[in-house]
Amino acid sequence: MADNAKLRFARAFAAGVPHNRALGIEILEFTEDAVLFKLPYDEKLVGHPDTGTLHGGAITALLDGASGAAVFAALTEMVPIATLDLRIDYLRPAEANQAVLARATCYKITKHVAFTRAVAYHDDGSSQETSLRSAIAHSVGTFMVSTRGGPK
Amino acid sequence: MSLVDDLAAAKAAGDYQRFIDTVPYARFLGLTAALVGDELVTSMRFGDHLIGNPALPALHGGTLGALLESAAIFELLWRAETIVLPKTITLTIDYLRSGGAVETHARGIVTRQGKRVANLRMEAWQADRSTPVATAHAIFLVMR
Repeated sequence: MADNAKLRFARAFAAGVPHNRALGIEILEFTEDAVLFKLPYDEKLVGHPDTGTLHGGAITALLDGASGAAVFAALTEMVPIATLDLRIDYLRPAEANQAVLARATCYKITKHVAFTRAVAYHDDGSSQETSLRSAIAHSVGTFMVSTRGGPK
Repeated sequence: MSLVDDLAAAKAAGDYQRFIDTVPYARFLGLTAALVGDELVTSMRFGDHLIGNPALPALHGGTLGALLESAAIFELLWRAETIVLPKTITLTIDYLRSGGAVETHARGIVTRQGKRVANLRMEAWQADRSTPVATAHAIFLVMR
């Protein structure tokens, strides 16, 4: 099906992004409704050497990457996109030695603009709802759809 | 030594880079910091691992966000009389143009310093400071 080919292409594109690869990001789910990214714990991403907590910047990059991928997944045809803005609320520090998951959704897409929400959290083995209650960060973003060589 | 002790020693020696190098993620990004006049400018060396869109090529938006957040935190740590590690409450990034495959600079400006909360705005630029690639604002918890 054309849709599956489009999703496969978008997923491969997201997986091939050099910075996503440098962070060790794995794509666990990739559908038109939501994408799920996994950032494995890695000492090179630590922001607080005393506690082993990941740097907020790594969480920012995870949420930005997952949100962009959610827009790609929601597009009806593959066109370039560009982030307009991203707001991140940091709810609590990530635990040392634990992977961080990010679930992103593109909840509205118009001809020119896409709107996203994303949550970063630890998978503690409980239900997703419970995991989200102990979320690490929450973000909302907007993206320009169909850019040619850059935003706007 | 704890991070706060490291920072106090780095400040006493006027060697900010020594502090940055104790943070693994700052080394991963390739961050450096230097006083330019009385401005603390944080820079991110270009590396292929920072690319988000290989076709342009353009920096990953997350790396610009991390640079902007770091510039704000370094500004707070550098200016503060007593060292408290700021905790980011919220960060909002406006992406103005795609970041090219070159070194990127950033600085943070304190718009309000309170006892519990500090507000900053930040900007990031590449070759031409008058055309920033991204701006941001952030709120930090600065209580012990």
